[in-house]
Amino acid sequence: MSKSLSSIYLPVFGGIALVSSLAVAVANRGYGDSQINTLKTRLSQVETHEGVARALADENAARVAELETQLQEVQANISAAPAGIGVSEQAPAHDGKLGVGREALPAEIAAWDVDVLPDGRGLPEGSGDVFTGEEVFADKCASCHGDFAEGVDNWPVLAGGFDTLADKDPVKTVGSYWPHLSTVWDYVNRSMPFGEAGTLSADETYAVVAYILYSNDLVDDEFELTQDNFAAFEMYNKDGFVIDDRPDLEYAEWSVEPCMENCKDSVEITMRATFLDVTPEEGGESVMNDATTSDTPTFTAASTSAADTETPAVSVDGTASTAGIDPELVAAGKKVYKKCKACHAVGEGATNKVGPQLNALIGREFGAVDGFSYSSVFKAAHDEGRVWDEVTLDEFLAKPKAYMKGTKMSFAGLKKEQDRAAITAYLKSIGE
Amino acid sequence: MDEMFKPSRRAFLRGGAAIAAGSVAGSVAAQSADPLITELQDWASYTGAGVDETPYGLPIHFESDVIRRNVEWLTASPISSINFTPIHALDGTITPQGCAFERHHSGAIELSKGDYRLMINGLVDQPLVFTYDDLQRFPRENHVYFCECAANTGMEWAGAQLNGVQFTHGMIHNMEYTGVPLRLLLQEAGLDAAGDFADKWVYVEGADASSNGRSIPMEKALDDVLVAFKANGEALRMEHGYPVRLVVPGWEGNMWVKWLRRVEVTDAAVESREETSKYTDVYENGVARKWTWVMDAKSVITSPSPQMPIKHGQGPLIISGLAWSGHGQITRVDVSKDGGITWDTARLGKQGDTKALTRFYLDTDWDGAPMLLQSRAMDETGYVQPTKEQLREKRGENSVYHNNCIQTWYVNAEGIAENVEVS
Ligand code: HEC
Ligand code: HEC
Repeated sequence: MSKSLSSIYLPVFGGIALVSSLAVAVANRGYGDSQINTLKTRLSQVETHEGVARALADENAARVAELETQLQEVQANISAAPAGIGVSEQAPAHDGKLGVGREALPAEIAAWDVDVLPDGRGLPEGSGDVFTGEEVFADKCASCHGDFAEGVDNWPVLAGGFDTLADKDPVKTVGSYWPHLSTVWDYVNRSMPFGEAGTLSADETYAVVAYILYSNDLVDDEFELTQDNFAAFEMYNKDGFVIDDRPDLEYAEWSVEPCMENCKDSVEITMRATFLDVTPEEGGESVMNDATTSDTPTFTAASTSAADTETPAVSVDGTASTAGIDPELVAAGKKVYKKCKACHAVGEGATNKVGPQLNALIGREFGAVDGFSYSSVFKAAHDEGRVWDEVTLDEFLAKPKAYMKGTKMSFAGLKKEQDRAAITAYLKSIGE
Repeated sequence: MDEMFKPSRRAFLRGGAAIAAGSVAGSVAAQSADPLITELQDWASYTGAGVDETPYGLPIHFESDVIRRNVEWLTASPISSINFTPIHALDGTITPQGCAFERHHSGAIELSKGDYRLMINGLVDQPLVFTYDDLQRFPRENHVYFCECAANTGMEWAGAQLNGVQFTHGMIHNMEYTGVPLRLLLQEAGLDAAGDFADKWVYVEGADASSNGRSIPMEKALDDVLVAFKANGEALRMEHGYPVRLVVPGWEGNMWVKWLRRVEVTDAAVESREETSKYTDVYENGVARKWTWVMDAKSVITSPSPQMPIKHGQGPLIISGLAWSGHGQITRVDVSKDGGITWDTARLGKQGDTKALTRFYLDTDWDGAPMLLQSRAMDETGYVQPTKEQLREKRGENSVYHNNCIQTWYVNAEGIAENVEVS
């Protein structure tokens, strides 16, 4: 269209710029006022020049009509566009469909759509009792959650904590807090065991859920959970939730013009982050490694400043002690080994799990366990003939990902030197 | 891990601040000519790095401490954990992807575009499967939004705990997303089967081992939710859900499902683990609020702050910070230097975008006296960011999530800042 317009108007007005800007304005549907004005000017120019371009009068009239239509279109589009020139933040709505994508097959939906609703919809057929659940739990869950679902170290506690929700530090567990049984089944089925999600059979999941209920004293040891008795089961805290009521309880009260001056008589510091001793058990590299003890000033409405006193920083850096190999250290190492247990086995008949078995590790070559598929960095170390000794193990465990770049061992490392010494002692105590 | 907090470094900062504080405000006459100016420097003589030396650039090594950091004792394993955006060291509003906080429940996974599938099923006319390439054929939109973890500032409920704005407020990032409105994908599958939308939900689920899933009311799903594949102009980072994540503007970060693989239209909330056991707020009487999705208006001063002491002594001082609201635009931010007795209205860096970070500045003069710095945000609904006291009065101290209280930094005469609570 722009081509035909220019071929017609070029001889008449002799302005390339004029015609091409007109053409661009029309072709781009540039919806701005300036474009409208330009178009209006062009229109009037077309009109006044009608006489001059007498030979082309008929065509001109047609063009004028055409331009007028364009103008109307442009104007209509302006009211449709929310802001600016040619801007539409919102993707256009369209009737009907694009026809992009393909039908999801029943087998595909069955594979992915496994969530379970509070009323039990989505549960597969199956059942499991407490006794079976205890075995599954000991085998697949206890390394992190403890034999009785009490939680090892920092790993989640799954049992107990009843009637603590109004306490200073509520203990929120499956038993004390979770409102629906479906959530337990659904979560365990899809997300646990951590590191091997999605590997439990339906019956195993029923059984292990029954066991978690048992360890919360919510059922007796004869209990069997099935698809049929599922929906009727009521959780301890089923009525413990209300739907978000901030709009009623908070928004109205807090949506008032705030105070700007003399809002308080005086202000005092009541608590300082550095007073709290929340230095982590593990690692000790918290951000709170400074403790200050001095007084702080009071701010008053009259004077907004006060003399400050020196705030000496006190280091709480502990110095790690390096102990020799002794039975106590081996015992301590056995505890530390809980962190490895989810992925590594040791002892007689130990097999490869997520990681290789760790029998007789000291003196063993890197990446040497048959049948375990090592990452390439371990394969390379193996080919170089590297051998595990106390030093290499210590360095590796301090920062696995830094020491063996590209390792597939998803473990952050043992920050404490004592822990590394202990685990080394423990692994040394384990033979073939 | 944290040079900044080691006594030696602090002592150094304090020394520097003391020297600077001794000088008068304004310009100071130089004692001797500055060799950086009078002597020929290597960089002015030798040539620098050629193009292609770093095909994909990283920040220069001088900035190597501007990184995400975690607090190890918070979680049992870094695979299900969180780290924090170094907001103390950033300015403007956009968070570079490389230092935007991460939160994983089963680690960040490698999922290629070729292996990517998105299923729409449930109460739809025709269940569909889309590939990554399919998504590229739907009309797309660009929007800047903040993503804040509901647990941001969660460690501060019971008292001032962590000494650094990165740790108290760093579970947030703000990016420009490119994506397809979820609405268009749902329409493609057809929503006649859903009937009345009033009691309908979409359940959204990720492809990683945690299978994180959340229920979102249909109204929100059809409103501004995006199925996003780009952030700040480039592909999402692995840790933020490459190749496709959900963007749920103004709502808690946990709902922004990464590695989005399935959207199911349902007639009830699934009440998944992440919307019952977690992301519910226990109040003083033991009753918990659920479905607390919106992130209320909040702000914080990023500098000065514990990681950003004032090193220049008295004189001109820029107090700078961030404000945001899940309810829409930030309309005003006030700053107090005396713990809330008097307030000055700060300058907004630019008109706040809806549900996005807004930068504010108070361009001021510091007389060298100690300060109790606070900021207070207001949003387009008229809501005013509450004090810690106001929040505790309503909710107690056990909430964990949704702590949007006014933060106080105590800045002493040397310019060193500390996280405190005030009366
Ligand atoms: C390797 C350690 C590990 C193993 C083994 C493991 N879990 Fe977990 N479990 C975790 C972690 C970590 C979480 C928290 C994950 C998160 O928050 O994203 C968790 C969370 C849970 C929760 C939710 C807790 C809450 O309060 O929200 C349940 C229930 C659970 N696991 C059950 C099981 C069961 C049943 C098994 C065995 C089939 C199992 N777990 C095996 C580490 C483990
Ligand atoms: C989350 C799973 C996981 C945890 C937890 C874990 N590892 Fe590993 N580990 C692995 C994997 C996987 C490999 C194989 C690494 C590779 O091929 O790159 C490995 C490799 C190793 C190796 C090298 C073995 C060889 O034959 O060369 C050692 C030693 C080791 N781990 C020790 C430990 C210790 C000690 C702990 C606990 C403190 C631990 N790991 C915790 C997964 C784990």
